[in-house]
Amino acid sequence: MIYFNSFLISGLICLIAQLILDNTKLTPGHVTALFVVIGAALDVFNIYDKIVLWAGGGAMVPITSFGHLLIHGALSSASRYGITGLLLGMFDLTASGITAAIIFAFFMAIIFKPHS
Amino acid sequence: MEKERYKNLVDKNIPKENVMINAIKAFLVGGVLGIIGQGLIDLYTVWFDIPTKDASPYMIITLIFVASLLTAFGVFDKLVSWANAGLLIPITGFAHAMTSAALEYKKEGLILGIGANIFKLTGSVILYGVVAAYVFGLLRFIFLGG
Repeated sequence: MIYFNSFLISGLICLIAQLILDNTKLTPGHVTALFVVIGAALDVFNIYDKIVLWAGGGAMVPITSFGHLLIHGALSSASRYGITGLLLGMFDLTASGITAAIIFAFFMAIIFKPHS
Repeated sequence: MEKERYKNLVDKNIPKENVMINAIKAFLVGGVLGIIGQGLIDLYTVWFDIPTKDASPYMIITLIFVASLLTAFGVFDKLVSWANAGLLIPITGFAHAMTSAALEYKKEGLILGIGANIFKLTGSVILYGVVAAYVFGLLRFIFLGG
């Protein structure tokens, strides 16, 4: 069942993005930035949390989960250290993804030649 | 007159993108990536014997690695031109944007090329993600108590 939910949520988020891309002048850069903001906004009232519980990996794969992880990193450290915790913990949960992307991108650029 | 004729000719020859088909492709590819994500989470949960919550970073790292590698091979661009948002909105799009920026500016050197441009496309995701998470987090912390 969770696999079906994963398919549905991840597919639906990509479908919405595709409709925005095809019907407006926004570029993929605009849409990804917008979706990260939406992901963070949905967790003011724990809405994205419920989507993650329902869809598991399907909710973690789209870029909206990046906003969800940012706000939860900030909030969980804010609950420990007060308002400065928002700054201290912002990257707590996304560190692995950002670090991996930087490391892989750097070494790929060193090793491989550009194609176009 | 020449310009007008030219414009008509160009308009006639630009293939009309089928919005419906694009949407279905994005839905299917995005959905399959969601299934792969859940599959990897289940796999790592059993494999490393860790809670489901701890398995999802490994899943994200795996997808980032694969997308980065396929970008370096030049395969990912072809896949994106077919699947569009289906590959750009998942975390694979983030990895693709960073790797292709690094590769593209490699010729300008390590510092002014790769260093200055690696965040060229992904910078906006990180910037607005952090700003939004800070503002919404602050609001939630103040009004809802964290």
